[in-house]
Amino acid sequence: MTPLLAAAGLRKSYGPLEVLRGVDVDVARGECLVVIGPSGSGKSTLLRCLNLLEPISGGRIVFQGEDIAEAGRRAPEIRRRIGMVFQNFELFRHLSALDNIALAPIRVKGEDRRAARERAQHLLAKVHLPDKSDAFPDELSGGQQQRVAIARALAMEPALMLYDEPTSALDPETVGEVLQVMQELAEEGSTSIVVTHEMGFARRAADRVVFMDAGAVAHAAPAARFFSNEAPERVARFLGKIEA
Amino acid sequence: MFRALQQLHEFATSYNLLLLLEGGARTLVLSAAGCVCGFVLGFALAVLRHTAAGWLLPARILGVVYVEMFRRIPFLVTLFLVFYAFQALGLDVPVFWVAVASTCVIGTAYLSEVVRAGFAAVPRAEWDAAATMNFSLLQTLRFVVVPQAWRVVVPPAFAFFLSFIKDSALASQIGVVELTFVGKIFNNRGLMPAIAFGSVLIAYFVISYPLARLGARLEGRLALSRAH
Ligand SMILES: Nc1ncnc2c1ncn2[C@@H]1O[C@H](COP(=O)(O)OP(=O)(O)OP(=O)(O)O)[C@@H](O)[C@H]1O
Ligand SMILES: [Mg+2]
Repeated sequence: MTPLLAAAGLRKSYGPLEVLRGVDVDVARGECLVVIGPSGSGKSTLLRCLNLLEPISGGRIVFQGEDIAEAGRRAPEIRRRIGMVFQNFELFRHLSALDNIALAPIRVKGEDRRAARERAQHLLAKVHLPDKSDAFPDELSGGQQQRVAIARALAMEPALMLYDEPTSALDPETVGEVLQVMQELAEEGSTSIVVTHEMGFARRAADRVVFMDAGAVAHAAPAARFFSNEAPERVARFLGKIEA
Repeated sequence: MFRALQQLHEFATSYNLLLLLEGGARTLVLSAAGCVCGFVLGFALAVLRHTAAGWLLPARILGVVYVEMFRRIPFLVTLFLVFYAFQALGLDVPVFWVAVASTCVIGTAYLSEVVRAGFAAVPRAEWDAAATMNFSLLQTLRFVVVPQAWRVVVPPAFAFFLSFIKDSALASQIGVVELTFVGKIFNNRGLMPAIAFGSVLIAYFVISYPLARLGARLEGRLALSRAH
């Protein structure tokens, strides 16, 4: 089966700094791929390249059978099918939770206003915040904001969700509720690439785990095998450090 | 006292009033051009400076040089620069239009900084979030950035508009018969300074007071909306 998204030999440089040095990753439909690795190894850059927030310096990204880096004018059309969740939520602070979710469907997709708001209400229920539709971002906890941000990304009905350390900025007590939502989505069969340090989540929800180091994939394996004691020494050392 | 009344009577000829009206109109057009044209071009310049695309880098550098230069040189010098620039191009432009062009040049430089500060109040990652949901640049500005940035932009923008009305007086130095120039004409004609400049003062007030009120209203609305 061809993967939903496959990046091959992906390279990205900022001036002289080579951040990605030929990354190969792919994710199949319905799969949850977890990406881990030390700080500065290029995980965020990888995600930003995958949905074309950053122009790539080399390599190929094939999404649903199309090379997105080559798509030119069709790139936005393709990118619409990739949702992204950020470390700091990045909700629009002048809009209520509901309006955050409904804005892009109405303005970008041209959906009917009523229908879009109704769907937004459903999505809020899906992330377990049915009664927060009128709340503004600064009235919500971090975990709640992040769940609204997930709902906002889902509103565009993406074929692939990218999460960049979605729980790193959260208070420990709200991490669980966000991971819970992500796990439910994974179990429903949504496809996702998740950069995270939450190894508990990786064990529970990941199908495969990729370990990045210095801008390349150092190790990749199905989750069960990744966390077994067959893992290469470097991976084991990294896991030992973050799970300590 | 009697002399003042008599002068006031002499002053109130249709010729003088017309002169005052014309001067006022020129001051108004000069300031309005600087504010409106400056805001539109300044906004565009701020957007340009916020872009990240590599091929726009030369344009961004030019933008920075432009802003930093014209914010630093006195308005009078800009007036002369524009005046001689038109001359060098062999264009015979009336001094009034030289002054209009100058106010646009200055307004663009100042107001682009004001707008840029507004943009900076919206985290770059929020622009990214909009981009991942496929907002175009214009949609991002309209639905995400401007609704948040205007709170930061309105107060300094109006402060600039108001100070600009005063600064436009410098155009008299290159021979534009705006309000201040009219005051000098009255004075040279032997009118009492109180009348010559008093009338000009009232005219300035008539121009800037409504603008100040509008600014205060907007800021009031802004304070209200801040409390959701
Ligand atoms: N816009 C940029 N300009 C220049 N260098 C950048 C830029 N973005 C990232 N980098 C550099 O690229 C490298 C990889 O950064 P990246 O954010 O992808 O790492 P990361 O794996 O996500 O790390 P972390 O776990 O800290 O989030 C770092 O050295 C960083 O300084
Ligand atoms: Mg990162």
